[in-house]
Amino acid sequence: MVGLISALILIPLAGAGALYIGQPKNARTVALIFNALSAFYALMLWQKFDASAPGLQIVERHTWIPSIGAEYLVGIDGLSLLLILLTSLVFPFAFCAQSRSAGERGACALMLVMQAALYGTFTAQNFVLWFLFYEMSLVPAFLLIKIYGGENRDYAAVKFFIYTFLGSVAMLLAFLGIYFAKGTFDFGTLAGLGKSGLLSGNLQWLVFAGIFLGLAVKVPLFPFHTWLPDAYQTAPTGVSMVLTGALSKMGVYGFIRLLVPLFPNEIRIAGPWLLALVVCSIVFAPLAAWAQRDLKRMVAYLSINHLGYCLLGLFAITTKSTSSVIDMQAALSGVFLQIFNHGVTAAALFYFVGLIEQRRGLRGIDDFGGLMQRTPLLCGWMSVAMFSSLGLPGLNGFIGEFLIFKGSFATAASFTAIAVLGLLFTAVTFMRAMQSLFSGPLSESCSSFPDLIRSEKFVIIPVTLLMFAIGISPQFVFDIFNATVVQMARLFA
Amino acid sequence: MIAWTIYITFAGAIVLLVVPRGFVRWIALVTATAGFAISLVTFFCDDVDLAHFTTVMRVPWVPALGMNYHLAVDGISLTLVLVTGLVAISSVLFSWDVTDRANEFFFWLLLVVGGSYGVFLSADLFLLFLFYELVIVPKYFLIAIFGSTNKEYGAMKLTLYSFFGGALVFLGIIAIYVNGGSLDLNQLAQFQFAPQLQSWAFPVLFLGFAVLAGIWPLHTWAPTGHVAAPTAGSMLLAGIVMKLGAYAALRVAMNLFPQGFQMWRTWIAVLAVVGIVYAAAVALRQRDLKFVIGYSSVSHMGFVLLGFATANVFGVSGSVLQMFSHGVIGALLFAVAGRMIYRRTHTRELDALSGMNLARTLPFAAFTFVIASAASMGIPGFSGFAAEITILIGAWKSYPLAVWITGVGMVLVAAFTLRALKRSFFDVDLGGSAAPSGDVKQMSASPTQLSSSAERSIHLEPITIPEKLGASLLMFATLAVGLYPKLLLDRIQPAVEAMRFLK
Repeated sequence: MVGLISALILIPLAGAGALYIGQPKNARTVALIFNALSAFYALMLWQKFDASAPGLQIVERHTWIPSIGAEYLVGIDGLSLLLILLTSLVFPFAFCAQSRSAGERGACALMLVMQAALYGTFTAQNFVLWFLFYEMSLVPAFLLIKIYGGENRDYAAVKFFIYTFLGSVAMLLAFLGIYFAKGTFDFGTLAGLGKSGLLSGNLQWLVFAGIFLGLAVKVPLFPFHTWLPDAYQTAPTGVSMVLTGALSKMGVYGFIRLLVPLFPNEIRIAGPWLLALVVCSIVFAPLAAWAQRDLKRMVAYLSINHLGYCLLGLFAITTKSTSSVIDMQAALSGVFLQIFNHGVTAAALFYFVGLIEQRRGLRGIDDFGGLMQRTPLLCGWMSVAMFSSLGLPGLNGFIGEFLIFKGSFATAASFTAIAVLGLLFTAVTFMRAMQSLFSGPLSESCSSFPDLIRSEKFVIIPVTLLMFAIGISPQFVFDIFNATVVQMARLFA
Repeated sequence: MIAWTIYITFAGAIVLLVVPRGFVRWIALVTATAGFAISLVTFFCDDVDLAHFTTVMRVPWVPALGMNYHLAVDGISLTLVLVTGLVAISSVLFSWDVTDRANEFFFWLLLVVGGSYGVFLSADLFLLFLFYELVIVPKYFLIAIFGSTNKEYGAMKLTLYSFFGGALVFLGIIAIYVNGGSLDLNQLAQFQFAPQLQSWAFPVLFLGFAVLAGIWPLHTWAPTGHVAAPTAGSMLLAGIVMKLGAYAALRVAMNLFPQGFQMWRTWIAVLAVVGIVYAAAVALRQRDLKFVIGYSSVSHMGFVLLGFATANVFGVSGSVLQMFSHGVIGALLFAVAGRMIYRRTHTRELDALSGMNLARTLPFAAFTFVIASAASMGIPGFSGFAAEITILIGAWKSYPLAVWITGVGMVLVAAFTLRALKRSFFDVDLGGSAAPSGDVKQMSASPTQLSSSAERSIHLEPITIPEKLGASLLMFATLAVGLYPKLLLDRIQPAVEAMRFLK
């Protein structure tokens, strides 16, 4: 009998198989049907999940390769559930954005494989299994960029692959080191050992550096971010949405699940340096975005900034042992919420950029002007996504950022104060983009620009409503991960 | 009851999105009037304790984070709610001729009004910040879509300044929340923050709010924003939005960080006085009527900040009164300049206006502008006088030198106001005096110029009923408060006395 989580992982794979074997004409619809099924399973998980209980739930455990301690062990806690829900949300959204072109079938199949890999990554509780899924997401992402990307796709795809693969190798070596010292791959067991120090001497730092590198590339954290703008820019819209909405969360998830529990002492020592890197991400990324002329690249850089906030909250509370439990819980709740928010909002932004590009074939910030007169609906809804991304109160982005800043301020006031600059620069960047796209005289080439059609509205309205819902009453999201936050805060303290 | 001002305004805004175009302005008017009526009723029924920040509504919102939907009211906030209602009604009346995308226009307009009600009534820091930032968006669209001169630039500048101020405020709020452990303004007002924290958190928070109040040297968004905005937009900006900054600076920065305020208040006084004199001097040199009024707004808001800096009951009560007074007068001046003059003559250049003999063709506009100018100059009998004299009495106790310098500023205010008044309405002398450069050319062309401008003045559409109503409402308000300031001061003063930063 297949468990709920295993079923969740298998559904997209089955979808990919169906696309490959059945060769249906309308691949996108098939993919969406399988997505509806997996979303249904994700909702069932949510329904079965006991939000008040800490720890892993709905666990499935099978022996797999006993000789190296590899088990098939999947289970969810609040964080995993949140990410599963996010994945189930972003993927259908991305499929809706895929254009119906010749290569549709292959692209959809690859994306479904990636979706399965993501479900696996967010639920696996054993390193070998986790790493398998982690790598499994890399290959489709590479192929999607390489085959279906736009201009400059070879360069971007290879750069993406080399960066992430180097990171993965470093992480694998680090985990082998841990395995030889401790003889286990189980996350839960390892996290328990973290407090007393996993390893000894220089090896400890080497292993820490390996895992850190692997995850930092994935997030990405300054200065390991340079693959990201190239990759996001060239990938087709749907793939960019998935890359930023779901795939980038694997890095943050790894930081929360692995690095912080396993190396509390190291983080305390290296904390100020890590925070400095994070603050660089937060402040420089929007400045870089400001300088971009290509909308997609601009949104890509801003993505780095937003994920920086997640790491700011995480590192700020783990750097000092003195941080109070309340601040820790606030920051962690903020980080979790920000993960979710960024997934939704960044995907929405890429979606809108895709809509604009689809209408005009261009996406330079200077190629447009006065769109507000021509397409008030498109501009209005896109503005909502932009305002959500820059953290306007009343929309989802604000609550997460507020909590992160509140939690980090107590322990790392100066870093947090500098990071506020990032908020400002993000706002400036978005306002500049809005001004040159939406206002001003209508540029001639945009005079036949159509407004949103019905199918596009059906996609946008629920996503926008979700942004408002989280912004106005975020409690229902908090309920998912409250118990997990409490438990993690105790673990980190 | 007073909470309904917020709900009604937002509900009205949403209704506007779905009703047919013909009803739009009526619904906007009814909504604005309802908001004003509610605040008037609260003002005259003594069932709420206006001496303290009295909770009228408190519902848990995000309990995990200690956020409450918490509204409260005292004399200060009620005064500002009143002026918001007044300006809202008159700005709808002065937008009666808006037909292009009218639904959208009144929707944004009501959002600004509703958000402002929210700021003035919030007793939860988070809620206050939410409403405060919420006002930025409709402001941007009002200007960027419906504005005139250089509207993109003006809208963007205003928005960027607002976001800059917002970022500072955000930092300050985080500092408050982390150290005070609460977001409830009444609880926080009892909390003793460490002096070291106050010494840096106060200026950050105060400056963040004061950006919106047009504090010198961060005032430059105000003239460009006012000029670019449509008439109703300028009225809302000058009448309400600038008050948001000043009110929040008083309610949050000064009230929560009394020691920080004591440390920095001399600097605030310096900036305020420089702002009063500098803005008045700049206004004297402007050629565009709206720029003159824009700078006069900065100058008048300088009085508000000066009153704050005095840290005594007179000064601060005077500031609150000045906020009311300037809200009404600023809105009136912009209404005349934007709706009555610009919409008819399509120019705001003083040089061009001086040839049109507007006093004869638009007598009601001239009358309104004379009243507004007199009120703005601080002639006794108008609200401006009552407010400024109270502030200066307070300032005399704390900073006698500031009063002397401000005196110079007041002379400059009178000078630029009279100049604008004369040039726009009462300059019958054509040609020569109007254009200092190119005299000869102007003179030689004067016969045709004369006939054409005379012709143009004949075709000017007479002042409409809604305009007359809106102008009368504002004129009545400034006169009523000017003749009987006790009406407001009786409510303001006890509320000010309850604040703890007073010396």
